[in-house]
Amino acid sequence: MIISTLLHDIVAAGFLTNPAVRTAIVVGALSATVSSVVGLFTVVRGQSFAGHALSDIGAAGGSGAALANISPLLGFVAMNLIGALTLEAFQPKRVRGRDLVTGVVLGAILGIAALLLYLDTTLTTSTGTTVSVLFGSLFTLPSNSLPLAIGIGSVSIFTIAWIYRPLLLSSVSPELAQVQGVRVRWISLVFLLALAAAVSLSALLTGAILSTALLIGPPTIATRRTHSIRSALVLSIAIGIGVTLAGILLSYDSVAWTSQGVGWPVSFCIVALLTLVFFLVPRRTHTVGEHLTKDEPRSAPTPPSSSALVSK
Amino acid sequence: MNQGRSSNSSNPALEVVDLNIVVGGRRILTDASFTLNHTTLTGLIGANGAGKTTLLKTILGLIPHESGTIRSQNFGEHGRPSIGYVPQKINLDPDVPIRTFDLVELGINGRGLRRSITKKERFKRVEEALQSVGMSHLADRRVGLLSGGEQQRAMIAHALVGRPDLLLLDEPLANLDVRAENEVVQLLTSLKATTGLAILLSAHDLNPILEVVDQVIYLAESKLASGPTEEVVTTSSLSALYGHHVEVIRVNGRVVVVPGRDSSSHHDYDQQHPNRNLTRSQP
Amino acid sequence: MFAPYAIATWEAATIIAIISGLVGFFVVLRQSTFVAHALPTGAFAGAGAAALVGVSSLIGLGVFSLLSAFLMTALRRRSTKDTATALAMVFLLGLGALFLSQSGAYASSVYGLLFGQLLGVSRSEIPIIAAVAVIIVVVTLAIYRPLLRSSILPELTGAQAISEPVLETVFLILVAAVTAVALPIVGALLVFSLLTAPPAAARALTSRPHLATVLSSVIALGIVWISIALGFTTNLPVGFFVGSFGALVFVASRFIGPTRLRPARLLARHTRLDRTPT
Repeated sequence: MIISTLLHDIVAAGFLTNPAVRTAIVVGALSATVSSVVGLFTVVRGQSFAGHALSDIGAAGGSGAALANISPLLGFVAMNLIGALTLEAFQPKRVRGRDLVTGVVLGAILGIAALLLYLDTTLTTSTGTTVSVLFGSLFTLPSNSLPLAIGIGSVSIFTIAWIYRPLLLSSVSPELAQVQGVRVRWISLVFLLALAAAVSLSALLTGAILSTALLIGPPTIATRRTHSIRSALVLSIAIGIGVTLAGILLSYDSVAWTSQGVGWPVSFCIVALLTLVFFLVPRRTHTVGEHLTKDEPRSAPTPPSSSALVSK
Repeated sequence: MNQGRSSNSSNPALEVVDLNIVVGGRRILTDASFTLNHTTLTGLIGANGAGKTTLLKTILGLIPHESGTIRSQNFGEHGRPSIGYVPQKINLDPDVPIRTFDLVELGINGRGLRRSITKKERFKRVEEALQSVGMSHLADRRVGLLSGGEQQRAMIAHALVGRPDLLLLDEPLANLDVRAENEVVQLLTSLKATTGLAILLSAHDLNPILEVVDQVIYLAESKLASGPTEEVVTTSSLSALYGHHVEVIRVNGRVVVVPGRDSSSHHDYDQQHPNRNLTRSQP
Repeated sequence: MFAPYAIATWEAATIIAIISGLVGFFVVLRQSTFVAHALPTGAFAGAGAAALVGVSSLIGLGVFSLLSAFLMTALRRRSTKDTATALAMVFLLGLGALFLSQSGAYASSVYGLLFGQLLGVSRSEIPIIAAVAVIIVVVTLAIYRPLLRSSILPELTGAQAISEPVLETVFLILVAAVTAVALPIVGALLVFSLLTAPPAAARALTSRPHLATVLSSVIALGIVWISIALGFTTNLPVGFFVGSFGALVFVASRFIGPTRLRPARLLARHTRLDRTPT
C-alpha cells in the first residue's frame, strides 16, 4: 500500500500513457546506451574534446537542416560525418597539439553555425531554431523520428563491436597496435565516425551542446569503479539509462511542482542528476579479487598488502 | 610455450644482411649485417639517438629500409614475422579500466576483427604467458596502477602470448630502479633458457646486462659491430666503429668507453663522441 | 560603423583582443583549448541567471565564469583534466537551459549570447571592462615567468616558488575574466576561437616567447577589428567572422611559419635564436 502510494507520488499522473513521454523514454534509453558505449572509448582515448566538438559541429548541421527543410537528425549526422573527416584529416600524429587542431576546426564550423542560425531566423519565421537546435528537448520529439534514431544508434554500436579489439589495443598503446598490424589511423577514423553518429543521436535528446553530458558522464563514473573494460561498459550503460529515465521523470514531475507550471528542462534534469551521481560515487583505488566471468581462469588470491599499488 | 619453434631452431631467428636505413634524409644505418640465434640474449648498445629504436622498428616492419634484407624464419598467423615487441615508453593510463589479463589477452591477434582460436585456448595461453613472467597473482589488477617493473613484465607477457620466435625490447631497463632492473634481467635470462627465444634488448648502457648477454650489437655513427661482448667491446673494434680512437676500460667488472687519451691528432671527438661527458675530468 | 553608438563596441573589442591574445598565449602553451572553450560556454548560464535576478549581465557572466573555473578545479581532484572540464561545462550549460526555460526575456538574447552581437556592450560598461583588463594584464605579467616555466616544463613544478595548483587556478581565473568581458560581443561559443587561433598562429611564426605574446595580441586585434567592420557592413553575426578568420590565420601560419621550412633552415634559424643575448 505504502509503496503504491509512494510510486503514485513519484510517477505523476499520465506519465506512462503520454505519447510524448513514451517516445522520450524509448529514444532516451537508446541514445543513453549508444552514448555510454561510445563514450567509454572516448574517455579512454582522451578524446573528450573531440566528442564535445562534434556535438557543436552537429549544431551547424541542425541549423542547416532547418534551412533546407530536412530532418534535423539527418542534418546532424551529415554535418558530424563531415566534421569527423575534417578532424581526422588535420589530426597531427603526436598527441600534443591535437586539442588545438580540434579547437580551430570547431571554431571555424561554429562560425558557420552562427551564420546558418542567423539565416534561419532572418529567412524563415521560426525564432526558436537556436534554442531547439542547441537545447533541443526530448518531449518535442516527433514519434516518426524513432526508426531513423534506432538505425543510427545500431550503426554506431555495431561499428564499435566490429573494431572492438583493435580499438581497445590502439587506445591502450598505438605502438603495440601497429606491431600487430593494426592500421591505427584507420581505426581512429572509423571510431570518430561512430562517435559522430552517437553524438548526433544524443544531440536530439538533450540538444547539441548538452549531448556531451551523456557521452562523458556515465563512462567517467564507470571507469572510476571498475577494473575491466567489460564491467565498465555494463556500469556505464546502467548509469546512462538510469540517469536519463530519472531525468525524464523528474522533468515531467517538475511541471506540477513549479509555480507557473513551466517545469525544468529534461537536459537540466539529466545533467544535474549526472553531476550528483559523479560526486556521490567515490573513486575505487584498487581491487581485492575482482569477479571474473566463470570461464576465465581464476588466479591466486591477491596478497593483501603489496607494494604493487605504489604508483611510480 | 615453444612448440613449433623447436623444429627449426637450428636456423637463426633473424638474419640481417647489408641493411641500410635512411629516415628523413638522415642516415641511420649503413651496410649492417648480423644474426640473432635461438636461445641467445643479445644487447643492442648505442648512445641516445644512435638509432636503436629505428633499427628495432625496421626489424618489425614499421619503418621501411632503403636496401638490404631482413629474414626471419617463422611467420605468425597473419603472414607477419612472429616477433614480440616491448616498446620503450609504456604510459599506461591509470584511468583506463583494463586488467593485466586483458592487456596480455590483446597480444593474441589484437588486430582481430575475428578470432582465430577458441576462448579456452586463449585463456590457457594468457595464463601461461602470465606465469612465465611471474605475474599470475596480478592478473586482475588494473595495469595502470602497477609499478614500473610490473608494467614491464605485463608488457613482456603481452609480447610473449603471441608465441614469437624473437623478442625485441626497447630500453626495458630505462626508468627502473636497481632492484626492478635486476628482476627484468633475470626474467629475460630465464625466459631465454626455458623457451629457446632469441631476445634482442636495446640499452644505452652495457653494464647492467654485461653479465647475461651472449652477444652484443654496438651501434655508433650509423655503423654497427656485432659479436661476443669481449670481441666487440674492445679498444680496437670500437675505435674502428667510431672512426677515431676510443678506449675501453674495465674497472671493477664495469665497462667504460672513453675517447682515447693518446689521440692528439683527433681534435674533433669532443663534439662527436656520445660519451663526451666522461672526458670532462681530463686536463 | 563609426557612429556614436558603435564607439563602445570598438573600444571594448580592442581591449578584448589585447587581453585574449595575452592570456591565449598560455591557453595554447598549456594545451588548454578545451578549457578555453568550456569556460565561456559554461559562463553563458550567467547571463540567464542575471536576467532572472535582474542585475547586469556582465556581473552574471563574471560570477559564472569564476564558478566555472572553481567547479573545474574541484572536479579535477576526482577525475582527469579533460573529463572534469567537460562535466563542469555541461553542468553549467544545464543550468543555462533551466534559466532559459524559466525566463522568457532571456530566450530572445540566447543567440546573441552564444554567437556574439555587435552592440553587446554599452558605453557605461567600458570603464568596468577596462579595469578588468588592466587587472588581467598586471596579473599575467606578474606571473609571466613562473607560468611560462610551468607550461613548458611541467615536470619541474616542484622546484618553483608558486606551486602548480595555485598557478593553474590563477590561470583559470584569468581565462574566466577574459571570458566575462569578451562574451557579450564575441559570443560564448566563439570566445575560445579568439583565445586559441591568434596565439597558435603566433607560436608557429616565432620561437621567442615575448615576441609570440605580443604577436598573438596583434593578430587577435586584426581579427577582431576586421570582424567588427564586416559585422557592421554585412549585418552578419560577428562570431561567424571571428571563427572563420581564426581558422584562416591558423592555416596561413602553418604555411609560412618555421614549421614548414626545411630542417636545415629550421636548424639555422634556431641556432641564430640561441645566439641572441637574452
